[in-house]
Amino acid sequence: MTKLLEVKGLTASYGQVRALHGIDFELEQGGITTLLGANGAGKTTTLRALCGVVRPGGQVLFDGKNIVGKGPEDVARLGVAQVPEGRGTFTRMTVEENLQLGAMTRSDRAGITRDIDKMYDHFPRLKQRRTQQAGTLSGGEQQMLAIARALMLRPKLMLLDEPSFGLAPLVVREMFEILSALNREEKVSMLVVEQNAAQALALADQAYLLETGTIVMSGPAKQIGADENVRRSYLGY
Amino acid sequence: MTEPAKSLDKVAMTPRPPAVRPKSAVGPIIFLVLLAIAIVLPFMVKGFVVFQLTQTMVYAMAILGLNLLTGINGQFSLGHSAFYAIGAYTAAILIEQAGMNYALTLPVAGVICFVAGFLFGLPALRLEGIYLALATFALASATPQILKLSPLEHFTGGVQGIVVTKPDAPFGLPLSGDQWLYFFTLAVGVVLYILARNLVNSRAGRALLAIRDNPIAARSMGINSSLYKASAFGLSALYTGIAGALGAIIVAFVAPDSFTLTLSIGLLVGLVIGGVGWLPGALFGGAFLLFVPNIAESVSKGLSGAVYGLLLILVIYVMPSGAAGFLQAIVGRFKK
Repeated sequence: MTKLLEVKGLTASYGQVRALHGIDFELEQGGITTLLGANGAGKTTTLRALCGVVRPGGQVLFDGKNIVGKGPEDVARLGVAQVPEGRGTFTRMTVEENLQLGAMTRSDRAGITRDIDKMYDHFPRLKQRRTQQAGTLSGGEQQMLAIARALMLRPKLMLLDEPSFGLAPLVVREMFEILSALNREEKVSMLVVEQNAAQALALADQAYLLETGTIVMSGPAKQIGADENVRRSYLGY
Repeated sequence: MTEPAKSLDKVAMTPRPPAVRPKSAVGPIIFLVLLAIAIVLPFMVKGFVVFQLTQTMVYAMAILGLNLLTGINGQFSLGHSAFYAIGAYTAAILIEQAGMNYALTLPVAGVICFVAGFLFGLPALRLEGIYLALATFALASATPQILKLSPLEHFTGGVQGIVVTKPDAPFGLPLSGDQWLYFFTLAVGVVLYILARNLVNSRAGRALLAIRDNPIAARSMGINSSLYKASAFGLSALYTGIAGALGAIIVAFVAPDSFTLTLSIGLLVGLVIGGVGWLPGALFGGAFLLFVPNIAESVSKGLSGAVYGLLLILVIYVMPSGAAGFLQAIVGRFKK
């Protein structure tokens, strides 16, 4: 398999405070990689640095091209879709308008309409609520909308920032099943940042453990999940 | 991605779901009925009232421009008096010194204001909320003095301003000058309104709304936020500039002190009265801007400012989200 994303020595700072101290990780074409870590470990910063919201240092090769220094809109145009922390819902627009915004980089009208219908098949709840203001959706529905909107880009890579955050356990399970199905059927590669280690490790094939801006452990998700220390610190049994 | 509170943007917005696009079949019918009334109206009222109605439409166009910037794109401006002034002076100078036909000055004023607005919008990209308000405030306070500068006096007429020849009705139409200008303004206004409406409902309009709702998420959709924001500034200035040009033609006079910060604030008041983000609200805002000070004056000459303030508070109290929210509430009750 070929590498879709290769990150080498990635650094990022907020003002004087360095949040990432040069981390390395990679993602296979069609694979799912997860970054695990506690609050403040640098998970969200890593995603922000990848998509240019935070100015990064180091090297990020996406599809062989260095994307360090590119702005968020340029990264999106290369085929990287985001499901941001807090979902980034356009609250005062309808569900359908949110989906259409996901396809802003595309110009194939017919394809966009077809993809919207496809999203309604994946997420029937969104279809029921298509003309509703997106801000009035429940947290779980907004998360589904964020995922569907990201897919509208026809991304090569999806960046998901704590997709389970604030959702009921049942909804979390359903959402991870959907992500797994999307990865199988649509062949979308995913980089998932999570605190919910159990679900993320079950979904991913590669896992990296992040602590205060450095990677402390990495390997196949199964192996990480079986590690005694990881189990005690992150899985809680 | 929790953003630090962007105070002014958010305050200026209607807190409730705004009626950005009242999607219904009655929309076009209401539009046509209003248009029919607008066509009959100047034959029913006195000449001065016709002039006042024309002025209302001119203000409405300026407010429409501001609405594209603030209501649709979420950027704030206290500087729109400057674009109104540029439009007005462009028309006055072209008519009086270059002998240009008054109708042709409108597109010229529009283009000049678009460029001015776009260029001002570029540095404004780095500013948000109250900081953008300050920068645009600077623009508004500088404009009247620049117009008075002696090196420019040859063009601007300095403190005296420029008297503009009022056009008569063309093709021997049996209309008074005021009536003709009313219809001329109405036609321009209808075209500008339809264009604005189509823009808001288009893909580009969605991008503008997305930037307003969630700027970071908008960029991660691949929207070139800098280009859209600067263009929104330019387009907004274009609308306000054309309004300014029309204003110069109907008032037949331009002078620096007509274009102070007071005008900017007036446009902002009109925007809020009409409903931020609701395009037809501009007409309500324009009417408020023109008629309420007159009403205040007729109540008490000495305290007209205080009466105006009181009326303003009263209106905001009754319609907290402008005419938009008020009409929405009425329609909502009617449907039940």
